[in-house]
Amino acid sequence: MKYRDEYRDPELADRLIRAIRQRSRTPVRLMEVCGTHTVAIFRAGIKTLLPETITLISGPGCPVCVTAQEDIDRAIALCREPGVTVATFGDLMRVPGSESSLHQEKARGADVRMVYASLDALDLARRLPHRRVVMLGIGFETTVPTIAAAVRQAKQEGLTNFLVLSAHKLLPPAMEVLLSAAEVRIDGFLCPGHVTTIIGTEPYQDVVKRHGKPCVVSGFEPVDILQSIHMLICQLEEGRREVEIQYTRAVHPQGNPRARALMDEVFEPADSAWRGLGKIPGSGLKLRPAYAAHGAENHFALTVPPGREMPGCRCGEVLRGACTPLDCPLFRQRCTPTQPYGPCMVSTEGTCAAYFKYHTA
Amino acid sequence: MCLAVPMEVVEIKGNMATVQVGDVQRRACLDLVDTFPDVGDYLIIHAGYAIHRIDPEEARKTLEYFKEILEYEVSG
Repeated sequence: MKYRDEYRDPELADRLIRAIRQRSRTPVRLMEVCGTHTVAIFRAGIKTLLPETITLISGPGCPVCVTAQEDIDRAIALCREPGVTVATFGDLMRVPGSESSLHQEKARGADVRMVYASLDALDLARRLPHRRVVMLGIGFETTVPTIAAAVRQAKQEGLTNFLVLSAHKLLPPAMEVLLSAAEVRIDGFLCPGHVTTIIGTEPYQDVVKRHGKPCVVSGFEPVDILQSIHMLICQLEEGRREVEIQYTRAVHPQGNPRARALMDEVFEPADSAWRGLGKIPGSGLKLRPAYAAHGAENHFALTVPPGREMPGCRCGEVLRGACTPLDCPLFRQRCTPTQPYGPCMVSTEGTCAAYFKYHTA
Repeated sequence: MCLAVPMEVVEIKGNMATVQVGDVQRRACLDLVDTFPDVGDYLIIHAGYAIHRIDPEEARKTLEYFKEILEYEVSG
């Protein structure tokens, strides 16, 4: 397949690994902040191919995993409202809330539908004019424009029964929080490819300038990731601190201005609570006043009690890179993909699910 | 969840494209894509929307750059 197979070339990968081994002298810890990277790194066995000087750590890159317990509880409260259909991307269904999950609610009769795209939720709103269709807005900057497009479309069509519960997250503020907290040593970031397709490289400037950490925007195939690691090692060994783009076939430095303009038209920055990281100013999004009629919070009382996280669950620390799933006593014991205890085991992009599937002790 | 796949445009009608990878065909909305595509272009598709038109020249340069810099690194 074009634009895929050539980036999986084993010979090229092998040469990149040799180049990394030659270049890497100082021990470094590099964090990936995208769940798709986490899975790709495990699937290709990249950790086992790197020299001992390089440690890869997974950060808060899985949108379902970083969603705060209260937001899960809000989604559950919504699907219990009469006349409400909840539309959600699949991964969220089985995430345990404080006392239930969307999956359990559906089994009890709630109208919860899995959708592949915001457009499908829009279709539901057209087909079910007597119901209120609430799209759960979970996701990073890659997904936000697709939700914004649906909201704008709903407004244009007068589809007043299409609503959004926005729990969207912006990644660069979370990266800065991790650096400021200094709980975990991070020497550089593998930046998320498709998030950067939208936002461009400017939002990482503070990470580079204020915190002095190099950033490389990476693609998702094994060769992409290895080249990105090589670029980070070169920056660190040479004492350079920049934002570089490895994934040039999909990322312009200025991002996607059309998608960003739509995102800015529909949403404005807001504070947002992250699992494991707490409330981060300006790291979330809410609908602007012109679109507020489509905000679920303006139709329902969505105050829920403080979220109750599962006792013993270490997902918060996993999301900060402060521990690995192997440090969690529940991992592989009480917490497995078929019986997930915490969200990092539920999502296919969660760090715990990746360890479960690919890590052999 | 930010999974997005390069798919080839096989048909365009208004703001919707039919895109294909292997045997799989999908419909994708073109309201977000930065450069409006032609049939035969490759788009990065995320959650029903095209978010980027792949620049073939950039893709080719990346692969060549890999090879060049590595020749230098490994021999140097």
